[in-house]
Amino acid sequence: MSIFADETTKVVIQGVSPTSQGLYHGLRNRAYGTNVVAGTNPKRGGEVIEGIPIYSSVAEAVEATGANASFISVPPPGAAAAIVEAAEAGIPFIVCITEGIPAHDEARVYNQLVREHPGTRLLGPNCPGIISAGKCNIGITSGDIALPGGPVGLVSRSGTVFYQALYELTTKGIGQTTGVGIGGDPVPGTSFIDVLSAFEDDPDTRAVLMIGEIGGSAEEQAADLIRDRITKPVVAYIAGVTAPPGRKMGHAGAIVSGSHGTAKAKMDALAAAGVEVAQNPTEAGERMAEVVAKLA
Amino acid sequence: MDLYEYQGKQYFARFGIPTSPGGVASTAEEAVAVADRTGYPVVVKAQVKVGGRGKAGGIKLAGDAEEARAHASAILGMDIKGHTVQRVWIERSSDIAREWYASFTLDRSAKKHLCMVSAKGGVDIEEVAASDPGAIVRRHVDPVDGLSADVALSIVDEAGLAAGSGLAGDDARGVAREAADLLVKLYTCYVEGDCDLAEINPLILTTDGRVHALDAKVTLDDNASFRHPEWSEMASDDDLDERERLARAKGLQYVGLDGFVGIIANGAGLAMSTCDVVEQVGGKPANFLDIGGGANADQMANALEVINSDHNVRSIFINIFGGITRGEEVANGIVQALGRVELRSPIVIRLDGTNAEEGRAILAGHGSERLVSSPTMIEAAQKATELAGGTLK
Repeated sequence: MSIFADETTKVVIQGVSPTSQGLYHGLRNRAYGTNVVAGTNPKRGGEVIEGIPIYSSVAEAVEATGANASFISVPPPGAAAAIVEAAEAGIPFIVCITEGIPAHDEARVYNQLVREHPGTRLLGPNCPGIISAGKCNIGITSGDIALPGGPVGLVSRSGTVFYQALYELTTKGIGQTTGVGIGGDPVPGTSFIDVLSAFEDDPDTRAVLMIGEIGGSAEEQAADLIRDRITKPVVAYIAGVTAPPGRKMGHAGAIVSGSHGTAKAKMDALAAAGVEVAQNPTEAGERMAEVVAKLA
Repeated sequence: MDLYEYQGKQYFARFGIPTSPGGVASTAEEAVAVADRTGYPVVVKAQVKVGGRGKAGGIKLAGDAEEARAHASAILGMDIKGHTVQRVWIERSSDIAREWYASFTLDRSAKKHLCMVSAKGGVDIEEVAASDPGAIVRRHVDPVDGLSADVALSIVDEAGLAAGSGLAGDDARGVAREAADLLVKLYTCYVEGDCDLAEINPLILTTDGRVHALDAKVTLDDNASFRHPEWSEMASDDDLDERERLARAKGLQYVGLDGFVGIIANGAGLAMSTCDVVEQVGGKPANFLDIGGGANADQMANALEVINSDHNVRSIFINIFGGITRGEEVANGIVQALGRVELRSPIVIRLDGTNAEEGRAILAGHGSERLVSSPTMIEAAQKATELAGGTLK
């Protein structure tokens, strides 16, 4: 099994034109085997681009194709409205990879979804997306770095370290159920806690690799959950051990303020919750290989 | 983007938040002219983006033009915690009855806005939080609901602002309403003004019963700059070092560090991780540089130029894992940069992910001795450290 997305997932790509990023990545997702059923563009309803039927709204696409997931890569000024449009059309799973959405837009949309569309899960924004190995890839992950068959579930705040971690597992012959990139923004739609809980409930996922980074307290919250509720072994790596305090490291979320948000505090919290904490992505892969060997 | 106090006060003024009359000056003569206009006594305040100005001697009271000139001369050019004072803010001195605290920021754990108000202002709020946490009222604001006047008044009352003001009856209620009104304006500034932080410390009650902002600490959300053309005039790079200035001009995410291995990676996480690994194998990162998602040939060439401007750099480690970023674009960028800039240091590159093979083929075809490919992140970090003359752990 897998979490959040699988072979039954039908994807609508929001904002498709012959030159859009959405089309580029959507076609790569389709080549991976993802069931891409529709695209949207208010000015191109009725067209077919690269074999993808285009509708003028998400609601029309859902009506016509039964799409149950959406993929958003539209630029920041229109991203919040695109997320709301998908939720209002009844899409239960929205993947938004857009980088650079204002924090206030994120906070407003997150709370609007919680209140008005509790059945909708938003993944991202500013994330690589999700890949259920061999079944469904929504986002910008290069599909060939994932290996189907499980038993590891992967969750990461950072995008490129997400790829690195998938690659470390795959080159060691360790398969994945689902890899979820939750993104590094201040208000992610899906948190470590959501993903860890879903992995706990997924019988095919037998161990979890978690990639965190400096800033915020999401890793500490995850540590509490792991201690109290997660029975499966967890290996973690936190990026930014050498990051200086007070400087934003690219992501809006990645900043050490005073004594808060340091890699060390996060690593200590996770270790105290029984998590195997690695010093770099390669070591995380090696630790996971040891964990997987013991599963058999 | 962090604003200077004077910029923060100007920003507050756009949203109707009352501040003291004043102006900014970068010479002693300008300072006197502002002070003459404002009326004495005035306060001369150093404009630096760091706390502890007062203790460092960066805030002085001047009773006349002579004193204003003397204080401005002393403060301009002063070094406060590594920041050189280039401007002073001159404002009319206030008769302070009470000093309070008010701020809005995002509580990332709760995913809601956080309003903090305290009757104990004018001191470091983190110290108050540690020594007397009960003195700070913390209230979450749902961004969908916003902050109503009633809720603002309840926060002001809970913090006991009017109750502790020494006023009674209608006077006390008037002060509470004025403080609540200012709080709503501060929230509007925070939301409509796209602030990551909007903080007033101290928020004061004057002896004649008015409430206004005596300081302003504002951090703007850079992601929202597309809808704030007015921000461009507030952008300044005088708190950056030379390398950082060049990087910013080229639109790169760069943080200067003090090592000797130049780092270029795509994605903030991988860039941090690359710094970590270099340090773990015995090297020392000279910088954090994220060329971002979708990095193209131009961005790569720009990144190499910035790294090349850092004279401490003795080797460059390019660590790319393609997602949006395509391997052949990265490779083309490196090849272009080699033609454009005379690089002082050898490059170690590790390329994986989207179109990595195409990228590696382009690099192999270029055949430069100054360009070493390495298959894994750790081997690449070791190679870069060795080439820089570092000692491996």
